[in-house]
Amino acid sequence: MKILAYLIQKEFTQIFRNKALLPMMTILPIVQLIVLSNAASNEVKNVNIVIVDKDHSEQSRLLTRKVMANDRFSLVSAPYNKEDAMETMQKNDADIILEIPQNFERSFLKGERPQLQILVNAINGQQATVGVGYLNSIIGRFNAELMSDIKRPIVNKNAQIQIASRNWYNPEIEYTHFMAPGILAELTALLTIILSAMNIVREREIGTIEQINVTPIKKWQFILGKLVPFLCVGLVLLTVGLIASKLIFDIPIRGNIGIIFIYGIVNLVAVLGLGLLISNFANTQQQAIFVAFFFILIFVLMCGLFTPIDSMPKWAQYFTLPNPLAHFISVSRKVLMKGSGLADIKMEFLYTFLLAIVFNSLAIWSYKKQS
Amino acid sequence: MNEYAIKVEGLTKRFGDFTAVDAITFNVSKGEIFGFLGANGAGKTTAMRMLIGLSKPTEGTGYVAGFDIRTEAEKIKKGIGYMSQKFSLYNDLTVKENIRFYGGIYGLSKKQITKKTTEIMEELGLFEVAKKPVAALPLGWKQRLAFAVSMVHDPEIVFLDEPTGGVDPHVRRQFWETIYQQADAGRTIFVTTHYMDEAEYCDRVSIMVAGKVEALDSPDNLKNQYDSETMDEVFLKLAR
Ligand SMILES: Nc1ncnc2c1ncn2[C@@H]1O[C@H](COP(=O)(O)OP(=O)(O)OP(=O)(O)O)[C@@H](O)[C@H]1O
Ligand SMILES: [Mg+2]
Repeated sequence: MKILAYLIQKEFTQIFRNKALLPMMTILPIVQLIVLSNAASNEVKNVNIVIVDKDHSEQSRLLTRKVMANDRFSLVSAPYNKEDAMETMQKNDADIILEIPQNFERSFLKGERPQLQILVNAINGQQATVGVGYLNSIIGRFNAELMSDIKRPIVNKNAQIQIASRNWYNPEIEYTHFMAPGILAELTALLTIILSAMNIVREREIGTIEQINVTPIKKWQFILGKLVPFLCVGLVLLTVGLIASKLIFDIPIRGNIGIIFIYGIVNLVAVLGLGLLISNFANTQQQAIFVAFFFILIFVLMCGLFTPIDSMPKWAQYFTLPNPLAHFISVSRKVLMKGSGLADIKMEFLYTFLLAIVFNSLAIWSYKKQS
Repeated sequence: MNEYAIKVEGLTKRFGDFTAVDAITFNVSKGEIFGFLGANGAGKTTAMRMLIGLSKPTEGTGYVAGFDIRTEAEKIKKGIGYMSQKFSLYNDLTVKENIRFYGGIYGLSKKQITKKTTEIMEELGLFEVAKKPVAALPLGWKQRLAFAVSMVHDPEIVFLDEPTGGVDPHVRRQFWETIYQQADAGRTIFVTTHYMDEAEYCDRVSIMVAGKVEALDSPDNLKNQYDSETMDEVFLKLAR
């Protein structure tokens, strides 16, 4: 235990003495947060929508009006059948098709949970993704109003519109609110992977690791001695990022911020384990960077930040399970925007916990004091 | 077995087809200063790394401080000190911080660390630079500090890999004085060097050529045997 304390103390001394690290931990995340959140949001001001109304009822027309009332949507056309709508989308003139099924109103009043279908143009993925977000919240509100307005006794309490798409917990329809928590999670995870991987490899390059390997120190002590300080670095990053997101974008913090931090610790332990694992297989910082970027690219592309996980093919969705970033983003969105509690994120917790154990066990196992 | 600090038989290390260390056999007695000579690439570092548990032998056996280098490497590590050929203290930490760190991970108590720190600083006259990062020290001081730090836990055996490489003769002399002090205190010293004049200071030397130990004896005996005036001559005759 005392040995571990010396390892940690030494690491902190080096971190505080490193002139490049402090700006990296403060300015860099803030800049990235601003650039990424805004760059992504500017593109999505206008979403072209096609509405196929097969019901022609009072309610379906009301819903259509609600969608058109939102100035982010432009109604391109309102054909009678889906084929025409698809053709418009093929020509890339539409980003989203909203299909209101026959008997929409009737089944709603019967409490049968009618299904609206949303088709998304994958070519304008960004446009469509955000559009779906807007659309979902419009439908959500429409649903709620309907429930309270129609007080006729025949309305079943269970009456609810089902949307064959993912729910976005963003009632303000504020794109940066949606992106910032995700980008925050991404930044924290990625910077800590890189920092931890580079750190050990640097020690290998300058030869200090050999000096440690001739001491009787245990492998787990060495790994923990690296893990704890970089966990603290990660938590600082997370704090800086949260404060910046609040100040700059005024992101909502609906849930318990403590949950974010508790989950953040588990997640950071997992990604640090991966960083340490990578460093065990790299002899130079260059190699470490290459391997780290290999994972980072996959993680970022498949984390649900830019492409919603629900719209990925099934096999790809399974690939997001061992992706700590996907869970982090999901948790930060749920807790910050939806106000979820521990119970709502228990699957994320479970997967991340397993990843933390697997990555760190592998890191300890693959750390060789002898070659 | 226990009268020897180091006992090695047929120790071999291959990297692919290349044999870096070729079945070397020797013993080192306790308290001895053992010089491990050889030209660049002869295999000195590779052999030493096997002895200190950093590298697994391909063949052969070895015992260091009574423990098997194959199976008890971690036990060996408690009782040995190592100063690598490449300076490997933390350049961004101060003299004091380096001593504290290595003292700490060898399991010394706070009190022992404080005592050791004072001892080392006094001995090397490092008080003015105690708070400077090690990077700022001249090479000679760095090397002497690295030597001192390698002995922070009072090991029985110290392995020095070209400890005087690149430093001026004055510092080299100081260095060897310290080596003598440590040997007098009962420590076994296993040292590699390029400088043939330093070979004269050793109790016994082995001369390695292309992975093999070609000669092993006291400097005087070797000079007699090879009919030479200096170790330099001995070395040249062997290397040819
Ligand atoms: N990990 C390795 N993989 C392949 N070859 C190696 C490895 N380590 C050392 N060698 C080779 O083994 C030979 C012996 O190297 P070693 O470092 O032991 O020599 P040395 O006697 O210490 O030389 P020097 O005086 O330059 O330090 C060299 O030819 C070297 O290239
Ligand atoms: Mg060498």
